[in-house]
Amino acid sequence: MSGAALHRPRSNEFPKEIDNVKLSGGEIIVQFLKDEGVEYVFGYPGGAVLHIYDALYGQEDIRHVLVRHEQAATHAADGYARSTGKPGVVLVTSGPGVTNAVTGIATAHMDSIPLVVLSGQVPRPYIGSDAFQEVDAVGITRPCVKHNFMVRSTEELAEVLKKAFYIATTGRPGPVLVDIPKDVTDPNYKIDYVYPEKVSLRSYNPTVKGHPKQIKKAVDLLLSAKRPMIYTGGGVVLSDGAKELVDLVRKLGYPITSTLMGLGAYPGTDPQFLGMLGMHGTYEANMAMHECDVLFAVGARFDDRVTGNIEHFCPAAKIIHIDIDPASISKNVQVDVPIVGSVPVVLADMLKAIEQSGREPDREALAKWWEQIDQWRAKQCLAYRKSDEVIKPQSVIEALYRVTGGDAFVTSDVGQHQMWAAQYYKFDKPRRWINSGGLGTMGFGLPAAMGVQFAHPGARVACVTGEGSIQMNIQELSTCLQYGLPIKIVNLNNRYLGMVRQWQEFFYEGRYSMSYMESLPDFVRLAESYGHVGMRIERPADVEGALEEAFRLKDRLVFLDFITDQTENVYPMIEAGKGHHEMHLSPERELA
Amino acid sequence: MRHIISILMENEAGALSRVAGLFSARNYNIESLTVAPTDDPSLSRMTIVTRGSEHVIEQITKQLNKLIDVVKLVDLCEAGYIERELMLVKVRAEGNDARTEYKRLADIFRGQIIDVTDRIYTIELTGTGDKLDAFLAALPDTALLEVVRSGSTGIARGERSLKV
Ligand SMILES: Cc1ncc(C[n+]2csc(CCOP(=O)(O)OP(=O)(O)O)c2C)c(N)n1
Ligand SMILES: [Mg+2]
Repeated sequence: MSGAALHRPRSNEFPKEIDNVKLSGGEIIVQFLKDEGVEYVFGYPGGAVLHIYDALYGQEDIRHVLVRHEQAATHAADGYARSTGKPGVVLVTSGPGVTNAVTGIATAHMDSIPLVVLSGQVPRPYIGSDAFQEVDAVGITRPCVKHNFMVRSTEELAEVLKKAFYIATTGRPGPVLVDIPKDVTDPNYKIDYVYPEKVSLRSYNPTVKGHPKQIKKAVDLLLSAKRPMIYTGGGVVLSDGAKELVDLVRKLGYPITSTLMGLGAYPGTDPQFLGMLGMHGTYEANMAMHECDVLFAVGARFDDRVTGNIEHFCPAAKIIHIDIDPASISKNVQVDVPIVGSVPVVLADMLKAIEQSGREPDREALAKWWEQIDQWRAKQCLAYRKSDEVIKPQSVIEALYRVTGGDAFVTSDVGQHQMWAAQYYKFDKPRRWINSGGLGTMGFGLPAAMGVQFAHPGARVACVTGEGSIQMNIQELSTCLQYGLPIKIVNLNNRYLGMVRQWQEFFYEGRYSMSYMESLPDFVRLAESYGHVGMRIERPADVEGALEEAFRLKDRLVFLDFITDQTENVYPMIEAGKGHHEMHLSPERELA
Repeated sequence: MRHIISILMENEAGALSRVAGLFSARNYNIESLTVAPTDDPSLSRMTIVTRGSEHVIEQITKQLNKLIDVVKLVDLCEAGYIERELMLVKVRAEGNDARTEYKRLADIFRGQIIDVTDRIYTIELTGTGDKLDAFLAALPDTALLEVVRSGSTGIARGERSLKV
């Protein structure tokens, strides 16, 4: 069908100029992104997307960020999404462009981050012929996207894009890939374009409101608790449910813990907050999990790093679970009161139900429970041996916390440094702590920080990383120069793949197979050659000063290379397959 | 426990591979899978026979429901249902004894001989999987030349129906 045939001006209506706009597929994509309110596209050009890049050329509403590797494009869009709640948008070419993006797509998928990834594809007549730079992008990404599409005609382009944004951002969010054959964006084929305001899918209607009966049951159970515990996850952050969470938790006076992904939803400095739980969680959080009689899980998915051995998980507890994804409920752990719905909506309804019930928590039992918790807290499981000689990695995070007033955006890579950042930086606000929890993707930190800095130009953004992880996307230092991103890279350089070394120390009798990092670059000179500021910090006394100086350089990226204690371990630790009550504390604490 | 899950899904390219991919990625068992368009050309209907504990079956139905292309599904085994499978069997039917015997067997199982040569019978049979198994067991191994089974499909008894 030709575009001209589609357009029939209605004779008795005043002809509106807007109705007459005819656009090519490439132009439709750009116009659609504007209409959708997209600010940034993170991408990398190539043959199959050249028509789209041509349509981007010379316009200013959509800012295209040119990364140096497609993996970084997806992580940057992901960091943008995590720190704003808005979908991140990626544009990559066919073949190697999209395969490079897969790690970032899987990272977003595991943490339920809304992304729309546009990938070029070979022209329709060539599909299936092993054409140059052809891969089955829809097939390759199928297991790691929320959904994906292949666009079959220019006519359906706008509608498919609308569906992609709708699916990515609603319900349990996630990445959506749209694969676009090159000829669909042919500049010579122009058709009418109207922004599709609405979309409806008969097969997709996420539940938002919790069932009133379940809410009543949950409230009854929650108020009857003698040893209650609240366990929250990334779902609270993703659904912007922090306010409702704080209101309810303060009202109840119950202890609360969070997963790695949920940090910041409830203020980390609040006395009711017991710290993170799980494999490297605090003693008090894990012990309270083990001993509680009612567990209230909010937007968390009972991941194995959190639950430890399921056999020993919360043995005495009745469990309430709110999640927007029915498939998350009773997946790993059978729950007693499931509530499917959006966290803030359900929490607000619960608070209302509590107020209407006129009932109060059992204050007497609660006081005893807090007494017990305070005894666990007195162990000070996060205390570590200070040193004047060698920089303790934990102390760098504590200094970062002080220097930034606890108010920075902190991204991280994966390894020991990630756990220390999570343990020692107390996040009081949601969307400040940006890390790859589900997939554990080394190389995430720097590109994610770029996305965060684009979204929050004036904000302080730190990337806590290790000398292993940073080298997985180090090329992005070039992108940071091009766009003037004043990120502070906090490299906890222990000359080891530290987390691997720790496991080898504990479980392989110290056989450090391939976990030592040799032939490291001089990170200071590396940063400088990319046009940035580099600092090496070797003495504990210099840590805080260096961070202060770095943050004073407001418009420069500073690479802070902290030479840290090589053999420090992350404590507490629950070995894989053990229960919450079987934690190892640091050797000093174990004696205490 | 054996379950029969009936699915209505968008008649889209790739919908089948989403379902098949889900089963392999999550290590769910598939005994059989059939799929064909329905009276509504925008929908296709799939029937999957699977095995698993109650917990696994619950996860399977939840994960299937999560697929954007899945419009509706039902676990037929939750109430009364009718199950049918089609089988075509080619047997070596040589000599009068064998030919009468296989004709008689086909009659007993309410099958039909749909193709004949002087050495071959091709028999068509429908029924539950058990019935088809029983028929095969009644034939001597040496006679069996080829067996084709469609996999099970099914429908709920009475008022219950899977429709959009
Ligand atoms: C892409 C990728 N490859 C491998 C791993 C496995 N892994 C987890 S932590 C780690 C070590 C990270 O070393 P470094 O970045 O120096 O951090 P450290 O643990 O020393 O703080 C490795 C190799 C991973 N998480 N991601
Ligand atoms: Mg290291």
